[in-house]
Amino acid sequence: MNIISSLFSGSGGIHPNDSKKGTATQATVTPPIPPLLAVSLSQHLGAPSKPLVKKGDAVLKGQSIADSNGFVSSRVHAPTSGKVVFVGPRMTASGKVATVVEIETDGLDQPFISEPPAGDWTTLPPRELIERIHQAGIIGMGGAGFPTHVKLSPPPGKTIQTLIVNGAECEPFLTADHRLMLEQAESIIAGIGVLQHIFKDAQVRIAIEDNKPDALAALARAADKLTGDVQIVRLRTAYPQGAEKQLIYSITGYEVPSGGLPMDVQALVENVATAQAIGEAVIRGLPLIERLLTVTGPALAQPRNIRALIGTPFSDLIAFCGGPRGPIGRLICGGPLMGIAQSSLAGAVTKTTSGLLVLPPEREALFSSMPCISCGRCVKACPMRLLPSTLSEASETEQDAIAEEFNVLDCIECGCCAYVCPAHRPMVQHMRRAKVRVQSLRKQRDAQKKKQTS
Amino acid sequence: MNITPASEWLINSSPHVRTDDSVSRIMGRVLIALVPALGAAIWFFGWNALRLTLACTITCVVAEWASRSLMKRDRGINDLSAVVTGLLLALNLPPQLPTWMAILGSLVAIVIAKQLYGGIGYNLFNPALIGRTFLLVSFPVAMTTWLAPSVFPWADAITTATPLGIWKTTLNATQQAPPDFFKQFPLSDLLTGHRPGCIGETCSLALLIGAAYLLATRCITWHIPFSMLFTVALGATILYKMDPTQNLPPHYHLLTGGFLLGAFFMATDMVTTPVTRGGMVVFGIGCGIITLVIRKWGGYPEGVSFSILIMNSLTPLINRLVRPRVFGHAPQSKPA
Amino acid sequence: MDPVLTQTIIIGLTGLICGAILAIAAHFLAVQENPRIEKVTGLLPGLNCGACGFAGCADYAKAIVTQAAPVNLCQPGGVETVAILAAELGVQAVAAERLVAIVLCNGDDSRAARSVVYNGIADCLAAEFVGGSGKACRYGCMGLGTCARICPVSAIRIEQGLAIVDPAICIACGKCVPACPRTLIKLIPESRSIHVLCHSQDRGPDVKKVCSVGCIACTLCVKICNGQGITMNGQLAEVDYSVPLDNDEVIEKCPAHTIHRRTGRKPEKPA
Repeated sequence: MNIISSLFSGSGGIHPNDSKKGTATQATVTPPIPPLLAVSLSQHLGAPSKPLVKKGDAVLKGQSIADSNGFVSSRVHAPTSGKVVFVGPRMTASGKVATVVEIETDGLDQPFISEPPAGDWTTLPPRELIERIHQAGIIGMGGAGFPTHVKLSPPPGKTIQTLIVNGAECEPFLTADHRLMLEQAESIIAGIGVLQHIFKDAQVRIAIEDNKPDALAALARAADKLTGDVQIVRLRTAYPQGAEKQLIYSITGYEVPSGGLPMDVQALVENVATAQAIGEAVIRGLPLIERLLTVTGPALAQPRNIRALIGTPFSDLIAFCGGPRGPIGRLICGGPLMGIAQSSLAGAVTKTTSGLLVLPPEREALFSSMPCISCGRCVKACPMRLLPSTLSEASETEQDAIAEEFNVLDCIECGCCAYVCPAHRPMVQHMRRAKVRVQSLRKQRDAQKKKQTS
Repeated sequence: MNITPASEWLINSSPHVRTDDSVSRIMGRVLIALVPALGAAIWFFGWNALRLTLACTITCVVAEWASRSLMKRDRGINDLSAVVTGLLLALNLPPQLPTWMAILGSLVAIVIAKQLYGGIGYNLFNPALIGRTFLLVSFPVAMTTWLAPSVFPWADAITTATPLGIWKTTLNATQQAPPDFFKQFPLSDLLTGHRPGCIGETCSLALLIGAAYLLATRCITWHIPFSMLFTVALGATILYKMDPTQNLPPHYHLLTGGFLLGAFFMATDMVTTPVTRGGMVVFGIGCGIITLVIRKWGGYPEGVSFSILIMNSLTPLINRLVRPRVFGHAPQSKPA
Repeated sequence: MDPVLTQTIIIGLTGLICGAILAIAAHFLAVQENPRIEKVTGLLPGLNCGACGFAGCADYAKAIVTQAAPVNLCQPGGVETVAILAAELGVQAVAAERLVAIVLCNGDDSRAARSVVYNGIADCLAAEFVGGSGKACRYGCMGLGTCARICPVSAIRIEQGLAIVDPAICIACGKCVPACPRTLIKLIPESRSIHVLCHSQDRGPDVKKVCSVGCIACTLCVKICNGQGITMNGQLAEVDYSVPLDNDEVIEKCPAHTIHRRTGRKPEKPA
């Protein structure tokens, strides 16, 4: 299949050193099954899953251990066979406490279901395909963790014309999606085939950044199997090219309206890993119990791309990669620009963990309390064309009305502004604080209005 | 596995990497860009230039340190912005200005125009220009007495007037351009700096080299200086076409007075200028118009300092009004 | 005529005419307000804190005069103000008991362990985005002073990374309560002086790892009080402030020294 270049180029963005050389050419490895898995029931956006098991229960690989709790929720499955030793609150990698099911593994890896589902999936109606995706516990693996079956069920009146498969992986250091595209291109294409059955009239665009020419070629070869309007799109490498709104613009030229969703411009975006998981779920009946992630960083002895079971403790991953190389300054779950700093080694892999960065100590602290010097670099870098300098000052001085007027709620928290700021201001933290304050201001205002009209 | 205990780790909000750039690096680049102009100043004005530069920079740094200590704030002199203010102020002064006046101007620039507003980032006006304007208004004679330039070993001082000064006074007095003006101030002199003026503004070539460095290192963007240059060039061309005998040709407008120094080094001060690129263009155009208006019809022969200060006062308004369309907000253009 | 005289007359006349216009406008465009509202506004403390639920003292006064709002809503004013208002409006009113704010945490730097170093905005809401300001206990006071800054009378001070309310200064306006992202601050009746200074839902052994004075859920205090006055809420003992509690035994017997007496009248050094 031919590869075309994207037609549209968004504003702003940054070009950090991509730091991918260390792992981009390394084949994915699978570590041995860890002795303990800590599977969180709040890996997704929406209501946490309800546990179906309790302490002492034996579980098999792929067995459902938690059920959906409402429509915007998802299921969770045991990644391998073993015994449940704890069900209760634990600190997770996101910095929040969640109900976690801890499984002591028995190393036997006995599956719950050993045969793929009977029948030809291509004859099933879309809603049954979506239900299989729901049963498999699939959520957006690009990072947001939105339950996929909900995303694939737009309300009546919203049609999907463009299906975008996101292989951009724009964050530095991360190469897991890249390796997935090289090693399992057919599997991704199979998943895209399932999505084509759900959205029969949609055109498919598989989007990959131009710093991954081998992945572009691999998917171009595998995509020959697909029929219909399918194209591989080469994206200009920039961060945050893989952010949903920016990606939709690059491919279609439409901007998702403020406060709206991709379906408002008839688009739907799925990460390549999610697409692959969809294929595995519908065609082979496999639930989502593992994912590829990149464990890397200058303070790690042997950076690797790893196929990890959900619930693998971070300490096991670091040990598998040869342990730290020198002192550790920070541990980041995710990429360096949007990842979450860890306050301990207690975290474990979830369905949305794309990477684990082990960073050495910095000479000086990353952020300072210097005032904004209005240099304008952040304005140039912001992909949403906001004025981060004004917003950060409004946040500091608690002028929530100004923050609202300058559209702080449109901020996607990509980190471009903080990356370029010469005054080393904690810009994203300012944005998040302003957002919370503006939202409570809006609530107060609505409550006042109600009081007046009642 | 020997792993650093978590109590020694750092947590902060995303992002977890940033560029190496810092305010002190930017200021350092501005200082480097000013070295050619400083060199030309010392070349043509000798000890006077050195004396004024030292007086201004040292006073600025000490004033910033002392005033912040008194206000119980962190000393903040590491960001080198006081050094830049001092150097820019010095380059904007006439060579024979008494040292005590230069010190006074520096104090006003740092303490009043900068620290009393809240320090770096909070000042509304360009501190160096406030210092210069304060001196101009308080000591008009001393600030408008110029020396003819000489080179090493710097002959005795001869008082003379700047090209713009001669042009305006003669035009006002005789309604005619001064005879032999272009012979007295040929283009080559304007470029090399062999003409009277403030110690930093005379050598256009040195300033252009510095400006090229600033643009190449992305310290400044082209928007403000080129909007200013273009506006003045356009306005001067129109005026010149209307009456060549009563107006200076455009290239003389660009190369005389403090225009190049102002356009590339003063009007591009980040704190006091708009933050959006559209706003910067508006700012540059405004500075250009006001400069030309003052030069043509105003009481002073040179208007760059005033134009920049006036546009500084409009910067908050420009920041509010000239904003890019936020992603996802109407009206959107349909894709091609 | 002498030009100076002309100008003086012209300017003077202009001033007089403008003044006259303003005076006439003030008369015709005056907002008719019930003079009683102004009087009642004068009787209120004038802090504009919003504790009464209205937008400032003038708004509350308006509500009292025109909408028969209850006169006992002003916390800073206290008993005296309620009595004065009741007398002015000729109504009966019972003053609600004076409230005071208290921070339910006693984990300052000498007692609470640090788990990580925080680099960011010195604001508790902002720190909560990254999981706290570096204190190991994820329920405890972050000590960054958001509550102290929002207090209109500066009744809260931060000592060794812990926020402490000075009950003698606190006017119980309630602004600090929503300011704390960990909901550590409560407004309680001034007469209640026994408090469980902890808010952690961690199990006992986990609490001990992070704080020397956290509640370990041994339930001794509940037993001493026979379930009246102190009850268990999950892994945390909580005082029931609706009933009076005056039992020094719970303070002495608490093995983690979590329970303390803090009076409302004079400020007390933390134990």
